[in-house]
Amino acid sequence: MGINMQEIKELVVISGKGGTGKTSLTAAFAALSENKVLCDADVDAADLHLLMAPVIERQSDFKGGHEAVIRPQACTACGRCRELCRFDAISQDFIIDPISCEGCGVCVDFCPEGAIDFIEKTCGQWYMSRTRFGPMVHARLGIAEENSGRLVSLVRQQARTYAEENGQTLIITDGPPGVGCPVIASLSGATALCIVTEPTVSGLHDMERVIRLAAHFNVPGMVIINKSDLNLDMSKAIEDLTRERNMSLLGRIPFDPVFTKAMIQAKTIVEYDKESALSLGVREIWDKIITSSAMTPGRMINLKEAIKA
Amino acid sequence: MLISVASGKGGTGKTTVATNLAYSLGSRAVILDCDVEEPNAHLFLHPDMDTTEQVWAQVPEVNQDACTLCRKCVDICRFRALVVAGKSLLVFPELCHSCGGCFEVCPENALNEGRRELGQIETGHSHGLECVTGCLRVGEAMSPPLIRKVRAHVRPDKINIIDAPPGTSCPVIAAMKGTDFVLMVTEPTPFGLHDLILAVEAVKVLGLPHGLVINRSDMGDEKVRDYAQKENIPILMEIPYDRAIAESYSKGKLIAEMWPEWTDIFQELFQKIQSCLA
Repeated sequence: MGINMQEIKELVVISGKGGTGKTSLTAAFAALSENKVLCDADVDAADLHLLMAPVIERQSDFKGGHEAVIRPQACTACGRCRELCRFDAISQDFIIDPISCEGCGVCVDFCPEGAIDFIEKTCGQWYMSRTRFGPMVHARLGIAEENSGRLVSLVRQQARTYAEENGQTLIITDGPPGVGCPVIASLSGATALCIVTEPTVSGLHDMERVIRLAAHFNVPGMVIINKSDLNLDMSKAIEDLTRERNMSLLGRIPFDPVFTKAMIQAKTIVEYDKESALSLGVREIWDKIITSSAMTPGRMINLKEAIKA
Repeated sequence: MLISVASGKGGTGKTTVATNLAYSLGSRAVILDCDVEEPNAHLFLHPDMDTTEQVWAQVPEVNQDACTLCRKCVDICRFRALVVAGKSLLVFPELCHSCGGCFEVCPENALNEGRRELGQIETGHSHGLECVTGCLRVGEAMSPPLIRKVRAHVRPDKINIIDAPPGTSCPVIAAMKGTDFVLMVTEPTPFGLHDLILAVEAVKVLGLPHGLVINRSDMGDEKVRDYAQKENIPILMEIPYDRAIAESYSKGKLIAEMWPEWTDIFQELFQKIQSCLA
């Protein structure tokens, strides 16, 4: 108890483009690090648990919003709700499509008969679990549900609270792909980002957008080029962009079928073969991350003061 | 006709299948890139762009002189986009879902129509193929309204191919809803299978016909095929892992452009989709 919030560091692993190896690397970092809480913030298509084999200790509902439902016996079919709904969610025979309903409640408030209920929805579950690498917070968003951003914020907050109460000093968060709502919810307040990219036109394009988002939220970033031997010119272009945007390059990982082989055995790439060049390379990358200035902001300030002095 | 290409897991080859299919159909097709957070189709089709349109969300702007601080708008807004602070009403435009409730409830007409940029839509053409791309503004959280605007460019007289975003939540639903067929692209790995199962559940919620493409089909295990068989999902195409394909992808080259025999294979894929719908 009583650990200062400032001392807990959170590394968020993101990619922009999906399928670059984000989750496999997050899992490897989980195996290499100590005294941390794992957090799967890719709540839409969470995969980290497939490598971590979590044992669920506590399960809670995620109440993500509301849904409007018309009580047919009270409805006079006046049409006011259809006129007001901006989301085309109400059919001609006054049934609300739960998938189109945005949960704004405008129809509920303006129905002259008070015939529309506003029901709190369970949009998913979140879990507090144990894994062979320590505690893990993860979630499952209900199919076709919304508010993934709020669920991302919830699991990150739970991971932080757990760390505060149990003395962990590090949170490793597996982030979602893209740059939209769940990614924004993954970035705010993070200590640093680890951006996993690949040397392809789309890897470069998507990474550039993620870097702009990181700058927007003022979170420092570091870059890993996975499958780096696929296209050396493109790898070089990514390195140039990394430097140009003041980010550090953590390392290059050549294409390796072990990513798939380890996944099939539900192992992390570093457990699959501890002594392989891949494992040693990833270990080196992890050492760079934990000693980076981005992950040790305290030390950076001291250095600045030292220079002044 | 409207075909959406979706996957659950990212990076399985959705854009590869969507762009090659569209390229192989040529002027009969339109490609609509609805992966607006990370649109990539244009990197492979290299279209000449003709038009660019900004897309906006309607948000309230306060006329402080007219506002009496009655708080009716604050109370109606479920998204906490309006707050009274001291003697003024503040708007947080990035939280606004454009439901219009505040405009409707304000007794003083103290709210004016303002706007927030969601992103832009570009239209163009490549090899006779029409291309429409939605691109979310970096920093903008809400993609579904932009996706719906991209879909407003659907051409009823053509084969419309939608490149959908990954995942299973609102952006994917906005891209797949109401399409005639969902072509799901997966890889035969535990991650691929896990996310495919979620995507299939979403497709079933929407009640849409669907089929499967297995990419890098020889890298992994048999479980995706077993699942497809058990669930009666037709496997319409398999693309084996090929270093040459991966390298051409990395440079932004289409498979069907590099190796023209693939044009026939993708045309055959379209015929299989048609027979699924017949």
